[in-house]
Amino acid sequence: MLLNDIFSQRKIMWDRMAQKRKRGQEKVKACPKCKTEYYSGEWKENQYICPTCHAYMPVPAKERMANILDENSFKELFPQISTKDPLDFDGYEEKLQSNRKKTGMQDAFLAGSGKINNQKVAIGVLDGRFLMGSMGTAVGEKIVRLTEYAKKKNLPLIIFSASGGARMQEGLFSLMQMAKTAAAIEQFKRKGGLFISCLTNPTTGGVSASYASLGDIILAEPGALICFAGPRVIEQTIGQTLPEGFQRAEFLLEHGMIDCIVERKDFRDTLSSILQMHL
Amino acid sequence: MQTMSSYEKVQLARSKDRPGIYDYIRTLFDGFIEFHGDRLYRDDPSIVGGIAMFHDIPVTVIGHHKGKTTEEQIAYNFGMTSPEGYRKARRLMVQAEKFGRPVITFIDTPGAYPGMEAESNGQSNAIAENLAFMSAMQTPSIAIITGEGSSGGALALAVSDRVWMLENAVYSILSPEGFASILYKDAKRASEASDAMKLTAQDLKQFGLIDAIIPEGKKMFLALDSMLLRELNRLMKMNKTALVETRYQKFREIDHMND
Repeated sequence: MLLNDIFSQRKIMWDRMAQKRKRGQEKVKACPKCKTEYYSGEWKENQYICPTCHAYMPVPAKERMANILDENSFKELFPQISTKDPLDFDGYEEKLQSNRKKTGMQDAFLAGSGKINNQKVAIGVLDGRFLMGSMGTAVGEKIVRLTEYAKKKNLPLIIFSASGGARMQEGLFSLMQMAKTAAAIEQFKRKGGLFISCLTNPTTGGVSASYASLGDIILAEPGALICFAGPRVIEQTIGQTLPEGFQRAEFLLEHGMIDCIVERKDFRDTLSSILQMHL
Repeated sequence: MQTMSSYEKVQLARSKDRPGIYDYIRTLFDGFIEFHGDRLYRDDPSIVGGIAMFHDIPVTVIGHHKGKTTEEQIAYNFGMTSPEGYRKARRLMVQAEKFGRPVITFIDTPGAYPGMEAESNGQSNAIAENLAFMSAMQTPSIAIITGEGSSGGALALAVSDRVWMLENAVYSILSPEGFASILYKDAKRASEASDAMKLTAQDLKQFGLIDAIIPEGKKMFLALDSMLLRELNRLMKMNKTALVETRYQKFREIDHMND
């Protein structure tokens, strides 16, 4: 017994040392709000919420899937889809390459199927790190395919958005993705499908003015900026600064534009409860 | 005309001398009766809508109203629409669907209005609902971009069976000035942006993003009249399911990606 105790104590010690070594290699990232520094692993473990000031940081799409779905239930769909740069826009190809390297994604949208408390769903997440989560032809196409997949398989559809809007570099092709995604969502809903749209910081412009505003149920994270025209554009138009909290999730709730505000750590349970009532 | 730059086209598309919504209504239709209001909050004067006769077909006509004089422009908010305007348009389209009237829209807007009240009243929601409704509307629709077709504010009236542009109209994701200030951090580079954006009718026809270009000049209204008559007759012959499915596929197929 004594020998076993020694071994197990040693194992704990080693594990701690290994963890410390691992943490040591991790990047340190400061909270942009309170400036407290945390290891990247700590950010991940805390779902990108600052442990000190509780500010919400952007969540990488993969991590969002992990936080929402049952363990190992995620199966990616349409990973190969990427844009062909329709306008042959100067510098765009390089931007795409660097964003692909940075995020490990082909474009800003991660699509797939998965389970929430054992209930199967079609789920997609816009990753705000990829060209501000903007919607061009690749994002639009993936959203439509995911929606058509949900329709065909009779699954509830959940999309987390975080986006600066339509992708400028693809011009009118991007604007058309608004029509295309809205049309697909409309068909899905008319066939009886359940679409839960989850708005995170920020959801703006052409994304907020298309599929993201068409949820049967619209949920939002606290404090998320949700708008059509961004605060800066409005300030320029009206020539005055906007009041505190304008266009934030709480403001939209008050003005009747969303169903409820859900804390990040409660999202999985809330989605699960909603799904339970749509069996 | 051949040598006109994209930005010169943008300026021409914005010219006050171009026909406005009431010119189209007066010339192409008979007995127009204007309808007002979104039944929720107010009447947005930047959108004009109502019913009229086109030859012997009752139609619903909706369009942006920019105004020509400074007083008019202020009164109509320069054709920048608020949620109430998009909701009025949708209300008139719901009515058109109910009575089997084709919907003809005339698009000329610098974009949806970026104001505080517009945001508070759900600008995003209003535009999104229009896109969704138009995409599945069970009656024919033809959209004509007559001047400036800018951003979601233009698209909110243009998810149609046919999308046409006048020869000197422009259609874009954003104004060239807005585009330049976002991508080049300098609104003064709007001319450069106009080239890069590929926003002229000729560019967009080549991309297959619009269906036809209407030549401007003396015979423009005649051309418009005969095109409308021909295409409306075609669309009205289709059964509703095929009409909606064809429209869905039309927008569904707009892509440009590796698969």
